[in-house]
Amino acid sequence: MFDKILIANRGEIACRVIKTARKMGIKTVAVYSDADRHALHVEMADEAVHIGPPPANQSYIVIDKIMDAIRQTGAQAVHPGYGFLSENRKFAEALEAEGVVFVGPPASAIEAMGDKITSKKIAQEAGVSTVPGYMGLIESADEAVRISREIGYPVMIKASAGGGGKGMRIAWTDEEAREGFQSSKNEAASSFGDDRIFIEKFVTQPRHIEIQVLCDAHGNGLYLGERECSIQRRNQKVIEEAPSPFLDAATRRAMGEQAVALAKAVGYTSAGTVEFIVDGARNFYFLEMNTRLQVEHPVTELITGIDLVEQMIRVAGGEKLSLTQQGVKLNGWAMESRLYAEDPYRNFLPSIGRLTRYRPPAEEAESDRAVRNDTGVFEGGEISMYYDPMIAKLCTWAPTREAAIEEMRIALDAFEVEGIGHNLPFLSAVMDHPKFVAGDITTAFIAEEYPDGFDGVTLPRDALHRVAAAAAAMFRVAEIRRTRISGTMDNHERRVGSDWVVLVQGESFPVTIAADHDGSTVHFADGTRHRVSSDWTPGDALARLDIDGEPLVLKVGKVTGGYRIRTRGADLKVQVFTPRQAELAALMPEKLPPDTSKLLLCPMPGLIVKIDVEEGQEVQEGQALCTVEAMKMENILRAERKAIVTKINAGPGDSLAVDEVIMEFE
Amino acid sequence: MKDILNELESRREAARLGGGQRRIDSQHKKGKLTARERIELLLDEGSFEEFDMFVAHRCTDFDMQEDRPAGDGVVTGWGTINGRMVYVFSQDFTVFGGSLSETHAQKICKIMDMAVQNGAPVIGLNDSGGARIQEGVASLAGYAEVFQRNIMASGVVPQISVIMGPCAGGAVYSPAMTDFIFMVRDTSYMFVTGPDVVKTVTNEHVTAEELGGASTHTRKSSVADGAFDNDVEALIEVRRLFDFLPLNNREKAPVRPFFDDPGRIEDSLDTLIPDNPNQPYDMKELILKIADEGDFYEIQEDFAKNIVTGFVRIEGQTVGVVANQPMVLAGCLDIDSSRKAARFVRFCDAFEIPLLTLVDVPGFLPGTAQEYGGVIKHGAKLLYAFGEATVPKVTVITRKAYGGAYDVMSSKHLRGDFNYAWPTAQIAVMGAKGATEILYRSELDDPEKIAKRTADYEDRFANPFVAAEKGFIDEVIQPRSTRRRVARAFASLRGKKQSNPWKKHDNMPL
Repeated sequence: MFDKILIANRGEIACRVIKTARKMGIKTVAVYSDADRHALHVEMADEAVHIGPPPANQSYIVIDKIMDAIRQTGAQAVHPGYGFLSENRKFAEALEAEGVVFVGPPASAIEAMGDKITSKKIAQEAGVSTVPGYMGLIESADEAVRISREIGYPVMIKASAGGGGKGMRIAWTDEEAREGFQSSKNEAASSFGDDRIFIEKFVTQPRHIEIQVLCDAHGNGLYLGERECSIQRRNQKVIEEAPSPFLDAATRRAMGEQAVALAKAVGYTSAGTVEFIVDGARNFYFLEMNTRLQVEHPVTELITGIDLVEQMIRVAGGEKLSLTQQGVKLNGWAMESRLYAEDPYRNFLPSIGRLTRYRPPAEEAESDRAVRNDTGVFEGGEISMYYDPMIAKLCTWAPTREAAIEEMRIALDAFEVEGIGHNLPFLSAVMDHPKFVAGDITTAFIAEEYPDGFDGVTLPRDALHRVAAAAAAMFRVAEIRRTRISGTMDNHERRVGSDWVVLVQGESFPVTIAADHDGSTVHFADGTRHRVSSDWTPGDALARLDIDGEPLVLKVGKVTGGYRIRTRGADLKVQVFTPRQAELAALMPEKLPPDTSKLLLCPMPGLIVKIDVEEGQEVQEGQALCTVEAMKMENILRAERKAIVTKINAGPGDSLAVDEVIMEFE
Repeated sequence: MKDILNELESRREAARLGGGQRRIDSQHKKGKLTARERIELLLDEGSFEEFDMFVAHRCTDFDMQEDRPAGDGVVTGWGTINGRMVYVFSQDFTVFGGSLSETHAQKICKIMDMAVQNGAPVIGLNDSGGARIQEGVASLAGYAEVFQRNIMASGVVPQISVIMGPCAGGAVYSPAMTDFIFMVRDTSYMFVTGPDVVKTVTNEHVTAEELGGASTHTRKSSVADGAFDNDVEALIEVRRLFDFLPLNNREKAPVRPFFDDPGRIEDSLDTLIPDNPNQPYDMKELILKIADEGDFYEIQEDFAKNIVTGFVRIEGQTVGVVANQPMVLAGCLDIDSSRKAARFVRFCDAFEIPLLTLVDVPGFLPGTAQEYGGVIKHGAKLLYAFGEATVPKVTVITRKAYGGAYDVMSSKHLRGDFNYAWPTAQIAVMGAKGATEILYRSELDDPEKIAKRTADYEDRFANPFVAAEKGFIDEVIQPRSTRRRVARAFASLRGKKQSNPWKKHDNMPL
């Protein structure tokens, strides 16, 4: 086995690999850019080598720099993680040339699976079910229409070199096929410099289900079940689980066997993933093969008990797989939520900045439940604009899907992240979505269920009651503490009452609290009551409560006369008033937030690159107003309606915070 | 006999109605509560004891004798806030528009006298059209009587004003002399002369809101210390502030039970200071991480944001915080920030509230606007305030402490008790670039040489150790253990006794 490996990656996956290497007694070398000088993976590794400036194309994906780091440290093998150089044939070849082991498949396998058209051909030859379609190159729009008819509508027109939704069109008619062909071709040419196009059947009610395979260099290969990754936003996976709630044993075996056949057909070694698209009738079609460790590999690890990174390292070291297909048992259910530094309330725009608070739920591994958090960040760390916005992968495991979801709900509620925008509320919302809970999902789930984006969760009445009961009980405790201040008038102390009114989500709940040593019973006007107990003390940012025997976890902040409470994706202002306060508060006029419709606000922290309009100019709906650069992305801000620009408050080069006013309209 | 007792009740009932139901409804329609409703919310339930409920005015001009409502437009008395005593007056807009008469003023003076005598704060809820014109000079006399008492009470008991309606003309000068002024957004305004007079005299067109609304006074004039959305929230927040304040100048700041480990380690503070010395960071994060339970009551949040002032608790006891804010103007001192902080420091010193000073200051803001505006005198106010303060003083220098601003920010030389520095501190006469450009003027044409000189200067002086060698810094501490160190420092200073030489009063650079 190796003495020392280098991890040519950063963030959570570098940390993940280091953990296993350390467990195996292998020394680790991290590489880092300027932006990652203080990063967690650098901290965790035995050695760290600086490889250049922050942009990945000047550091993490520069093969020469990685090769230098290898020579400098004498690492015998390299784990590439995912992304960056993980599927780069040249990198694998460069390593081979230096006699350094690549922890991954042979360069030939990377190459074979790297191109969509080639990989599909190989898959077909290996007996893998593929989407009906035309594999050859298409020359003209007429030909595209003819082929589309042969396949049968709807069809998908795709760029051969494509990815991430670029150069992809769906056509339901001849007309659309004609248009789609042309626009895909143009987009492919400009985005990838490769305008080869192919057409295939568009699968309806599609699910993304993938098979984990593991092969050694001795001709052994096996599959480790599937992962369902249908919850995606614009082709970016958000929530994954294993097993899939949709597959039956027969389909699983068929998919698994085909996946292994494909791996063997290309001489695959190491861990890999064969992605399938599965339609509503459980027909499955090969999509592509990822010749690396997947982001979502932990869910497979949780249900199989197999450490995939360890297996990859062992295979790379020439060992034979000690596992057999019969030995692979799927146990229980695992969920993974990807925590992104993206603000769900601002259309998931990337958010950068300092993590002023970062407290993941404690990792646990019990016989009936487990929580795992793969992370590459820490409290006080900086989320920079240079890399992937994913900052953690929170996984839960339980014997059943239902229980794993419930564990995930609680774990998400207990996950404290402050300082940046993040998608925790959105993840919580999905975990409570009836269709998700029922396993009734497709890759269009997010687009269909949140067509206008995400604007928070409105709690259903029973959940609201529980939150109100908790807030009232907590508030009473805090008020009693206030009466214990020094300097009170003896014998004339304030007595804290038991009647309160909780104002939350536009509703008002009068309650009566009966407290005893173990907790409080909160009685509502409609006769319902909730028993609340907790070890929460005033000031705690996280409240773990027990309400009628059920756990409830709240993030607790301060607002005037109450708390900001975040739970289950809801972000609530909860005020707890005395009955008299509530009566008088009802007389107060509602203050509407300032009208910002006549303002262009900066949607993210960023740099003004260009102002496209002048004061006094009339702009039309959709007209570009200015360009803001954030996370190395140029975002064009456009007019929402026809208007006249009255004032411009910022100029090129200005660095703006969120919600700063860029310009004003008539 | 029963009838006599009943008469009391019926008289009380009439007095409680103030200007009558119609005017009460109209007050509510404006989004405002009545004087008595406000007192109910300010004080502990059932704790209010009223004085002078039946006082009526003595004016006979303009047929005023025909209308002599009980109470005369102001409700006065005492009660408790979380069990601690407070005197309160609340002007009743439903009675003659809350206008101030001779007797109205006398009622206020009575409770102020008692407050000073008995050592409890005064909270005034202002909602008044101004002087009672019918009373003429008697009304003006009434104002002055109140002013005189504000002056006498200043520094003896805390005085808080909440502006909950109009407050115009001479009336503004009573709140102006209290320790804190809070306003209610959209329903309160303060000015010496109103929009009509402004228009006549200067031809400026301005609304009451623009001239003296909450936004104006919290952001531009700094007359107000804070603003709240409505009466209910304002009174809840005043109660919260009250919990931070001592009852009078003979008592220590209050202590209440706390649930936060004084030894709490905050690893994230080790990375608070960015690698790039020119990159800002949010000083409020440090304040919140030092404070018990992250609870911070900020004063003048919207004004001179380059300095942050407010109250926290450490081990349950109130501490006043003054902190440079690198996020705004690089945290430099200027006229506004010096004035803001000086007044806050003097309040804390007057009422035995220990001071925690967090320093990251690149110096004073240069420029003609500052010099013409008198930054010399205004900056001196803060220097003076720190220097005269005898309360426990703990200072933590996180990054820059340059030049005269280093001296000002509660330095060791101004009788600082504990002067800590983080390892990232740079205590120097100025930044490296500026210093080398002066010291090596002859080498300015040679960028290479200057760069080398700058680097040398940085190595030698851009650290806390030169100051620590001289004993100006008592200890260099790890950022993560700041709360523990600060808490222990204040704990050790609980017995601090220090006094300044006898003087009639000082002559600070006003």
